[in-house]
Amino acid sequence: MSENGNERIKPKMSLWERLYFPEILRGMSITIRVFFRPKFTRQYPEERWIPPPVFRGRPVLVMEDETGVERCVACGLCARVCPSLAIQVQAAETELDKERYPKLFEINMLRCIFCGFCEEVCPEEAIIMSKEFELTFTNPKDAIYGKDKLLIPASQLKDRLDFLKQYR
Amino acid sequence: MTIAIEALVKIIVLVLVVLGTVAYLVLLERKVSAYMQDRIGPNRVGPKGLFQPFADILKLVLKEQIVPEKATQFIHALAPVISITVALSALAVIPFGNYIVIGGQKISLMIANVNVGVLYILALSSLGVYGITLSGWGSNSKYSLLGGLRSSAQMISYELSLGLSIIGVLMVNGTLQLNKIVEAQSGWHWNIFYQPLGFLVFFVAAFAETNRLPFDLPEAEPELVGGYHTEYSGMRWGLFFLSEYTNMIVSSALMATLYFGGWSLPFVNYASMSPNIAALVQVVTFMFKTGIFIFIYMWVRWTLPRFRYDQLMNIGWKVLLPLAILNLLGTGAVMLAVK
Repeated sequence: MSENGNERIKPKMSLWERLYFPEILRGMSITIRVFFRPKFTRQYPEERWIPPPVFRGRPVLVMEDETGVERCVACGLCARVCPSLAIQVQAAETELDKERYPKLFEINMLRCIFCGFCEEVCPEEAIIMSKEFELTFTNPKDAIYGKDKLLIPASQLKDRLDFLKQYR
Repeated sequence: MTIAIEALVKIIVLVLVVLGTVAYLVLLERKVSAYMQDRIGPNRVGPKGLFQPFADILKLVLKEQIVPEKATQFIHALAPVISITVALSALAVIPFGNYIVIGGQKISLMIANVNVGVLYILALSSLGVYGITLSGWGSNSKYSLLGGLRSSAQMISYELSLGLSIIGVLMVNGTLQLNKIVEAQSGWHWNIFYQPLGFLVFFVAAFAETNRLPFDLPEAEPELVGGYHTEYSGMRWGLFFLSEYTNMIVSSALMATLYFGGWSLPFVNYASMSPNIAALVQVVTFMFKTGIFIFIYMWVRWTLPRFRYDQLMNIGWKVLLPLAILNLLGTGAVMLAVK
């Protein structure tokens, strides 16, 4: 060891290794094996990944298939729990059994962090995470998703609903 | 007159074929590198990405030519031209086949049947240094200058072992004419069996001569940005690229010609075929042999990391040169003993 401790550590190599060529051939045999290995690249726009039910995509509101009415009762818990303050709910009265419905339900997708707290806190299983993850918008206003974009029929969300029933 | 026309036609055909091949070699290199890195590589332009070279060339042609303000304009413009000229002219003496017959006339499948063919190639490969050195000097940039300096030192030191290893072949075959060397190797008398050490030296030195990866110090990206072509853009840079790949073709063709019997196949009797079909078989054979070496070039490039500069010089002077001389002495001793 030299005083400043900067001595280079030279690995001890056998004569075979110092011949260099056998080692090069070993390296080349590795690369050629990789060469013929099947590739796992996914050709994205044509070949898409379908996420499993555990996946947390954008949050959506569940709409009953028969009636076309959202499950949401506008309790505001999701808006309350949302750590990034992305959800805005305005409640109103309705003639239906549930008595309350959201007059306005907006999620700002620029703020949403896909944490899934809204889904966890919801007593009605009315807001759940979908499989959709390819979100694009060209200006901040488009990023605010209203009820028109949020309402999705329950039949399309079966995977996630079943998953929630099984594991929660 | 007919000889001039014949030569001109052969030159035009060869240059077009080689430039087309180079364009596709770039695609091949990208594909090979991708496959060796568990990727797929370019596959968007045309079926399976086969039109990618056209897109690449179009991009290069349309790009702006940026010349540094303080560069020596003339030399800056001259250097890529030297590089590509030298690379292409080395192809002149390489035999692609024996001969074809058109209208009762024998036309040999090499542009110039020079009787100092090997010497001519060695001379040209040392001229190639000028293109790189001048581009490094003419750009007036420190990275370019360092790249140019390195390349001249590297190419000069590897030229020695390259030349010395070829001398072994010349001793065995007793001729400098590449066509005669090929003819002397017909049957199983390939030089690789007589000159295995010589081939090894030639092989390694050829990598250094063409500035391919384990020895691509002149353009070592991480340390020298782009090396000698840092200050080049557009088609001028394209010319350097072109000459690198042409050099690769030339040295692969040389390895096939000098050590692996060139266009000849050991188990084929050319005399029983009509001359034109025989020529076709020969050309395909030659291209196949060359293609294998080109693939090995790429294979090595995507396997090995770059050498340090002192390691490069050590290998050149302390390993390859003594090996080449040893090979020379050994060949001479064996030839004396056999006689």
